[in-house]
Amino acid sequence: MSVSADAGLLRVATAGSVDDGKSTLIGRLLWDAKAILEDQVAAVTHASEARGHDGVNLAMLTDGLRAERDQGITIDVAYRYFATPRRRFVLTDTPGHFEYTRNMVTGASNADLAVILVDACNGVLEQTRRHAVIASMLHLPHVVVAVNKMDLVGWDESVFTAVCQELTAFVNRFDEPSLTFIPMSAKLGDNVVEPSDHMPWYSGPPLLQYLEEVPLPDPAHELGARLPVQWVVAPTPSAADGNGNGAAGRPGLAGQLVAGILRTGDEVVVLPGGATSTIASIDALRGPVQEAVAGEAVTVRLVDPVAVGRGDMVCVKGDQPEVGDDLEALVCWMGDRPLVVGSNYRLKQTSRWCTAEVDELHYRLDIETLEHVGAAALGPNDIGSVSLRLSTDLVFDAYRANRSTGSFILVDQESNVTVAAGMIVSRHTPEAAGRLDRPVPTAG
Amino acid sequence: MRDSEAMTVSTIRRGRAAPMTTTSFDTLTFLDDLEVVEDPPARNHLDALEAEAVFVLREVAAEFERPALLFSGGKDSAILLHLAEKAFSPGPLPFPVLHIDTGHNFDDVLAFRDRRTTGVGHRLIVASVQDSIDQGRVVEAADGSRNRLQATTLLDAIASHGFDVCLGGGRRDEEKARAKERVFSFRNKLGQWDPSGQRPEPWSIYNGRIHAGEHMRAFPISNWTELDVWEYIAREHIELPSMYFAHRRTVVERDGMLLAVCPQVQPRGDEVPFEDTVRYRTVGDMSCTGAVRSSAATVAEIIDELALTRVTERGATRADDRFSEAAMEDRKKEGYF
Repeated sequence: MSVSADAGLLRVATAGSVDDGKSTLIGRLLWDAKAILEDQVAAVTHASEARGHDGVNLAMLTDGLRAERDQGITIDVAYRYFATPRRRFVLTDTPGHFEYTRNMVTGASNADLAVILVDACNGVLEQTRRHAVIASMLHLPHVVVAVNKMDLVGWDESVFTAVCQELTAFVNRFDEPSLTFIPMSAKLGDNVVEPSDHMPWYSGPPLLQYLEEVPLPDPAHELGARLPVQWVVAPTPSAADGNGNGAAGRPGLAGQLVAGILRTGDEVVVLPGGATSTIASIDALRGPVQEAVAGEAVTVRLVDPVAVGRGDMVCVKGDQPEVGDDLEALVCWMGDRPLVVGSNYRLKQTSRWCTAEVDELHYRLDIETLEHVGAAALGPNDIGSVSLRLSTDLVFDAYRANRSTGSFILVDQESNVTVAAGMIVSRHTPEAAGRLDRPVPTAG
Repeated sequence: MRDSEAMTVSTIRRGRAAPMTTTSFDTLTFLDDLEVVEDPPARNHLDALEAEAVFVLREVAAEFERPALLFSGGKDSAILLHLAEKAFSPGPLPFPVLHIDTGHNFDDVLAFRDRRTTGVGHRLIVASVQDSIDQGRVVEAADGSRNRLQATTLLDAIASHGFDVCLGGGRRDEEKARAKERVFSFRNKLGQWDPSGQRPEPWSIYNGRIHAGEHMRAFPISNWTELDVWEYIAREHIELPSMYFAHRRTVVERDGMLLAVCPQVQPRGDEVPFEDTVRYRTVGDMSCTGAVRSSAATVAEIIDELALTRVTERGATRADDRFSEAAMEDRKKEGYF
C-alpha cells in the first residue's frame, strides 16, 4: 500500500438500506483491493457454509457482532481500513435501518465523502432520501450514489437514468453540491474496482478510481487559523530560549489546528476573552516549526503573559470566529427521551463545555416532504431547528464554514448519554429564528 | 520471485498492478499484485493518524480525573507511550503507566517494560494476575492460559486506584468486535462493554462524562492498521522487545501454531520440540501466543513481510481467538479490554 506523498487519507462513509448490498460492496472493495487477509477469508467462508450461504458472502466480512451476523443485518458503525498505491482509506459502514440514524450521523460526520447505495430493483426509497438529507446537512464535500444490483435489472440504462433523475430532483430542493452516480454490481464486481463490460453506455470511472482521484478537502486555506486549546503544558522554569525572548517560560498551549495556517510572529487574539499577543514559538509533533497548517497537533507559546486555559481558542487576528451565548442550530436527536423546549443539557463544542437551554424549537424537518413541521418536541432520529441559550460564551463559526468550530453535542445531565449532534447555523437574532428559507438549511 | 541483488528496495507494498515508478535498478521481477517503489514511507497519512491520536490523548487527560495508560510491552502500547510522551511534551505524563502482568511473560518483555518506564519520569504500576490467583479472586484456567483472567486483575486495579479511564492501544482492524468500538468506550460498574450501549461520537467530540464508579476505555490508535503501526515504528525509531524480530527458539507445533517451549508449554503426546527461526507478531501470554516462521530481523524487513502476508495478526498467533468467531466480543463483555 505505498501511498505517494500527497495522496493522503480519505474518509468515506457508506449508507444504504438493509439488503441493498452495502456490506457486499465494501466486501468487494476490500476483496478486489486485496485488503482482506487469508484467514479472514477462511473464517468467513466457514461461517458462510455454516449458515447456508452460496459462495462467499462478502457481507459477512464486515458484519462483526454476533447478533448482526445471526440476523444478517448491520447494527452499528464499523470501521474498515485499506489502501491502494494511490491513497489510504478509512471506510465507515453505517446502517440503513431506520432506527439507527444516529449511527449514520456519527459515522458520516467526519467523512470527506459519502457513498449512498440504491438497489436498482427498488429505486429511490425513503431511506435513500434520508441519507441524502443527512449527507447534505453534515455538509459532506462529495456524495456518490452507487446504483447497485444492475445485474438484476438486465444492465438497463433506463433504470439507472430514472434513479439519477429522481434523486437529483429531490436533492435540487436543497442547497447541495451535485451528486455523482455510478451504476454497478457489487456482487459480480462490475464498476466497483474493475470497469464493467456490461454497461457500455456508462463512460465514467469505477467507484474505486473515483475515490482515488477525488480531491481532498483543504481546510488550511478556507479560514484564518484557529487553535482550540485542549491542554496547557506548564512552563518550564528555565532561562530564556536561544532567541532571548523568554518564551520558554510561557505555558504551552496544546491543541489541534482546525483551520488556517499559523506562523510564528502572527498576531493572535485569545477568545472569548479577547486578549491579544503574538505567536512566539510553535512546536509540531516532529519538532519546532515556523508554520503549521490545519490538521496538525501543535503546542504554541505566546509572547505575552496572557491567561489561557482549556476551552479558549487562539485565533489569527482579522479572520476570527464569532463569540456568543445565543445560537441558532440544527440538531439531530439521538436520545431515547425526547427533546422538550425549556430543557437543559450539557453542550460540548471544541474543548469547551457549557449548559444549554433549549429556548425554542422552531420546526422539525420532515425528511419525506422537506417541510418545516411545527413541533413541541423532537424524538429519536428527528432533525430539528432550535434556539439555544448558553451559560457561557462559545467561540464558533457556522457549521457550513468549519465543521470543527461549528459542531457540538448535547449530553443528558443525568444519564451522561450523548443525546444530539448539533450544527451551528448562526448567532441567534430575532429575525433569524424560524425563518430559514431553504428546506435543509445547510446554507444558513 | 524478487531478484534481490538488483534491488535497493525500501518498501514493498500490496496493491493492484500499476505502472512502475522510475527506479535506479536495471533488472526487476515482481509478483503480479505488488508495486515496488523507492520513495520512503509516506508521511502524509501517518501524520494525520498521529495528530488524531495525540488529540485523543490530550482530550482524555483533560476530561478525566485519574487516567492510566495500559502498557503490555507490545508494539501497540509501545507506540501509545511514545505518542503520549509527544502529546504532553515537554511536561511529564499526567498519568501512570499500568501493566497487567499475567506472570506468563516472554523474558525480554519485562526487561523492555522496565527500561522503557523507569528513570524517565514515568510512574509504573504493576498489577499481577498471580496475586489475583493467590487472593482467590480468580482461578487458574484448565488450559493454563491467563488471558481471560487479566480482566479481573485489571478491574481490581481500576477499583483500587480509582482510575476513571484506561488508555489502550486497541485498533479497530485487529478483529471484528473491535471494528465497532468507539474511541471513548463506556464501561459500566462491572467493567462490562455493552455493544448496544455505546455513545455516538460525531465529528471528534468525545463525551467523557461518567458517574462515580464507572469508567471508560479510550483508544487513541483506533484507526491505525498493523502496517501503519510498523511504518510509524520505523519512522520514529521506536524501541521494541526483541521477540518481534527473527530469532532462534525451541518450539512445538500445536493446533497449527508454533508455541515456545517454556514452563507453561511442555511437549505433549508425540510432540517433538525443535529449533526454528521465528518471530512474534503479538505479545501475549506465553502459554497461548504463537510464533511464526520468519527471517525478518529488522523493522524494514518486517514491513516487507507484512505486505506479503496472508494471515492477520490475531489469526496467526492467538489461540484464544480461534475458539469462536465472537470470542473478542464475549471477552469485552466480560471487561477484558
